[in-house]
Amino acid sequence: MTYRSSRFLPFPPPFESAEQEDHCQYSEGRRPMAPKDRKPHVSRNPDLIRGVGKYSRSKMYHKRGLWAIKAKNGGAFPKHEKKAVAAAPAEKPPKFYPADDVKKPLVNKRKARPTKLRASITPGTVLIILAGRFKGKRVVFLKQLTSGLLLVTGPFKINGVPLRRVNQAYVIATSTKVDISGVNVEKFDDKYFGKKVEKKKKKGEGEFFEAEKEEKNTLPQDKKDDQKTVDAALIASIEAVPDLKSYLGARFSLKAGMKPHELVF
Amino acid sequence: MPFKRYVEIGRIALVNYGKDYGKLVVIVDVIDQNRALVDAPDMVRGQMNFKRLTLTDIKIDIKRVPNKKTLIAALEAADVKNKWESSSWGRKLIVQKKRASLNDFDRFKIMLAKIKKAGVVRQELAKLKKETTA
Repeated sequence: MTYRSSRFLPFPPPFESAEQEDHCQYSEGRRPMAPKDRKPHVSRNPDLIRGVGKYSRSKMYHKRGLWAIKAKNGGAFPKHEKKAVAAAPAEKPPKFYPADDVKKPLVNKRKARPTKLRASITPGTVLIILAGRFKGKRVVFLKQLTSGLLLVTGPFKINGVPLRRVNQAYVIATSTKVDISGVNVEKFDDKYFGKKVEKKKKKGEGEFFEAEKEEKNTLPQDKKDDQKTVDAALIASIEAVPDLKSYLGARFSLKAGMKPHELVF
Repeated sequence: MPFKRYVEIGRIALVNYGKDYGKLVVIVDVIDQNRALVDAPDMVRGQMNFKRLTLTDIKIDIKRVPNKKTLIAALEAADVKNKWESSSWGRKLIVQKKRASLNDFDRFKIMLAKIKKAGVVRQELAKLKKETTA
């Protein structure tokens, strides 16, 4: 229904100068619209039922004031001059045409973005981890990383869960929130948690048997310090709430009579 | 053995099935052998099968099909809400609702409180046992 979309406001703002007012013959007290002034206009043609407007084409022509615009322009609708299109350089016909038609892949306009975060998960929420080494542990949610995974911490001193990434799908969000305002999590991103790339050594024959034993698995000191700084602020706000510390230290489990679909978390 | 709670105009009943499950309604008129006209302050007056209602002990004094204002005034005068909430049936329902709405953290706190209470009870019991055996 292109004829319905009106590009013109009924009452544009008043004139900025007397000059502008003089130029206008038909629009009394209105100034010519600059392109960026235009607000999206509601249809002037109300629906009788869906698909049928109240006014006919000729009535709408009159309502939109196209007669006035034409009259102002001397009988024809005002045209913009077409912008000069730079002449494309002359293309030579190709020397080679492939024998079979090559199919073009379909266009894909998807944008990669982090997984949609459940509304119940906000910074400071206590989550219950459901799978992995720490299943059943109650942890504090810090932020969502760009990969979509959730950054989470025990705190380590309370339940042994370090700064860790966890997938939203393996988590139950409780409605308990911890005050997380004193914690700075800016520096943590997916690269922080990525596996360290080891330099490849040229293996000689003798080294085959010795090199494997040298693997060190200790955590670097700066990661331990990061854990401590994050946890210090958190533990302070956790201890402010009675029983919250022992709550986070305990694991969750289903007991007799607990029906997960009826439980409120 | 004889019946004590009768279907009569002014009898308060609990809805046990359907959209208004758990609400207290007043029987305002009897339509036929199976249905009653019921009304409550927060619902539009309508018919309900007796099978959807469970009669309570509470009865208020109203005429057949009062208007909403009169009904609400009669409910206030008889103090139905407090009578219901202090009755053992009413209290049980309140506790059930509270238990169903408990948070995971709340359940944890209740567990701690239960253990504490059990500990205190056991201590007292041990004291009493000592006294009787001694």
